[in-house]
Amino acid sequence: MTTSLTPTRHPRDASSTAGRVAERRQRFGWFFVAPFLLIFLLFLIVPLGYAFWMSLHTSTLATGSSFTGIDNYVKAFTDPLFLEGIGRVALFALVMIPIQLGVALAAALVLDTLVTRLSKASRLLIFAPYAVPVVIGALMWSFLYSPRFGPAATLFEVFGMDAPNFLSNNLLFASLVNIVTWQWSGYYMIVIYAALRAINPSIYEAARVDGATGWQIATRIKVPMISSSMIMVLTFAMIGTLQFFTEPVVMRSLAQGAIDAAYTPNMYAFSLAFSYSQFNYASTIAFSLGVLVFIGSYLFLHLTRKQSGLK
Amino acid sequence: MNTRLIAATGFAAIGAATLAGCSSDESTEACTNEIVNQDATPVSVWAWFPAFDQVVDQFNNTHDDVQICWTNAGQGNDEYTKFSTAIEAGSGAPDVIMLESEVLSSFSIRDALVDLTEYGAAEVKGDYTDGAWKDVSSGDSVFAIPVDGGPMGMLYRSDILAEHDIPVPATWDEFASAAQALKDAGAPGVLADFPTNGRAYNQALFAQAGSVPWVYDSADTETVGINVNDEGSKKVLNFWNDLVQKDLVATDDAFTADYNTKLVDGSYAIYVAAAWGPGYLGGLEGANSDATWQVAPVPQWDASNPVQINWGGSTFAVTSQADDPVAAATVAKEVFGTEEAWKIGIEEAALFPLWKPILESDYFRDLEYPFFDGQKINEDVFLDAAAGYEGFTFSPFQNYAYDQLTEEQFAMVNGEKSADQALDDLQASLESYATDQGFTVN
Repeated sequence: MTTSLTPTRHPRDASSTAGRVAERRQRFGWFFVAPFLLIFLLFLIVPLGYAFWMSLHTSTLATGSSFTGIDNYVKAFTDPLFLEGIGRVALFALVMIPIQLGVALAAALVLDTLVTRLSKASRLLIFAPYAVPVVIGALMWSFLYSPRFGPAATLFEVFGMDAPNFLSNNLLFASLVNIVTWQWSGYYMIVIYAALRAINPSIYEAARVDGATGWQIATRIKVPMISSSMIMVLTFAMIGTLQFFTEPVVMRSLAQGAIDAAYTPNMYAFSLAFSYSQFNYASTIAFSLGVLVFIGSYLFLHLTRKQSGLK
Repeated sequence: MNTRLIAATGFAAIGAATLAGCSSDESTEACTNEIVNQDATPVSVWAWFPAFDQVVDQFNNTHDDVQICWTNAGQGNDEYTKFSTAIEAGSGAPDVIMLESEVLSSFSIRDALVDLTEYGAAEVKGDYTDGAWKDVSSGDSVFAIPVDGGPMGMLYRSDILAEHDIPVPATWDEFASAAQALKDAGAPGVLADFPTNGRAYNQALFAQAGSVPWVYDSADTETVGINVNDEGSKKVLNFWNDLVQKDLVATDDAFTADYNTKLVDGSYAIYVAAAWGPGYLGGLEGANSDATWQVAPVPQWDASNPVQINWGGSTFAVTSQADDPVAAATVAKEVFGTEEAWKIGIEEAALFPLWKPILESDYFRDLEYPFFDGQKINEDVFLDAAAGYEGFTFSPFQNYAYDQLTEEQFAMVNGEKSADQALDDLQASLESYATDQGFTVN
């Protein structure tokens, strides 16, 4: 039995082999990604492109459609209704996000230190509002706010006072903040809580040996260690608030005077398209809002790149 | 708070695309009703009348050549939103659509409706009053066939007024005195509500004092006349603002759950309403069982020269996407063109007919309404109101105009501006909108 010492194949250059494998992998990679890409193109990129194309045209009721370039964008950024809407959601963001995050962080920190059966139940209860569909949640609250059916009238009567009208011009802002906080704090709490559970408990032990109090552990160790989750939650909250839509739309059926058709930029785009049949200008508003949200999120993530670990 | 909504919309879009793939031919499987005669031309209809299924069956059973395929695509704005999207998309609209007369111009300007003068509108013109016909016409064109109307009257709780010795007001001056008297008597409720989102209701009140807010003719779609801050409108709005500032009337938004309850639980003693109001009240829950309702003519500014007004009313229009406009026009003209259909409409859906053969019948005049303790409300109030109504011209952007009116009135009742200022601001904003939309404003 002889063994041929002549190699049947030339040994390959190691790096070129790796390159070819990588190339083949990439080919297969595209193959696996293709179904997603197709849907991504079809349902996101193409509609976006179409909306952008629409936003470059102007169609008026009386004179029909024509190409007007960036005219619509100039109009949008000088449109008081759009700018007021942006101002309003910015105000919502300033008020709502700190409250939501405060509630979520406090709840997560407390639940993290408790190890009783009660903590599991509370975790579920705090999370529960997130499981309620947004529209149902808003409808439910609008009944609670109702001066006629709501419990407020009865409660205030006990103290001999008149119940405030939660849907009036003055209180509406607070009423909306309340709904959103109720719905979303639990979700953010779960995200923060999960991050807290991932911290190695021996760190706390070391801190306690060094004489740290519970408060110090929470503020000096836990919070800094979950900063990346906090940034993520903050980003979600910010984008969500800028796109504020569902709750005010549901409440609008109860308070049309206090919530006008351009209350938030998203509502403005919706009314323009579907109530006033200005599809082109609605696309412009939608696109402008999208761009603002994108720039805002990008800036925010850039400024917090250290905390979020995206650096 | 929007991620889930977006996700839901995405799924809905995929679902809709799938559905569209299946139903590209206009199959009759999507009908709510059953098609009696499979070989006849199907005509798709969107409408939200109560008890309309019976009317559709009645039509299909009596027609061999045309069959209605009915869908309820939502009420009012819900339906208009879908229709508007279908117009923009170029497909998806029904052949025949129920529209309120106030939105006809808004859709005809977008070439969404067929001019029915070419399809025999003149044949049925004689079946309707001049006022009703004017509501569906614009210049020489006719964009719909009238169905039901909303001549206005005053529904009142005779038990509440009697309890406080308040006479039934016949003029707006008496109305104001009654409001004061009811408050002085310490009644738990107020005389009436002034909803800032009353839209067509507010406009009808203005019209009673001579307001003619719009000049528009579909033959010239580039010109519109706007006059919403005339003396009449200002007189009416000042009258109501005065009552509001003195707390003599409520300012609850209309068509909310709160408002519906207050209508029937005695919070308002008077409900200035259209002829469809009794049907609306009858369908509400939480009513006082011992309430007694009566109907009187709507209060007047000048009792010696009464002016009748109209609030709402719907029509059937043929859309420009109709495959067979002749068949579609037949449906629009004939679906509510029989006594049988109208008996269903009157008794089951509480509609006020505009079709003269039933409007002028003894049956309708003598109809007694149990809700009003057997009062013959048509003979007493609504027939006169309908006969005196002279028609109205709406703008081609009525939805926008109403939204602006609501905003201005809301600012007014909150004390931010006077009634005059509110209407002047409304005029300015509508003029600028019309100019922006390419109209020449007269």
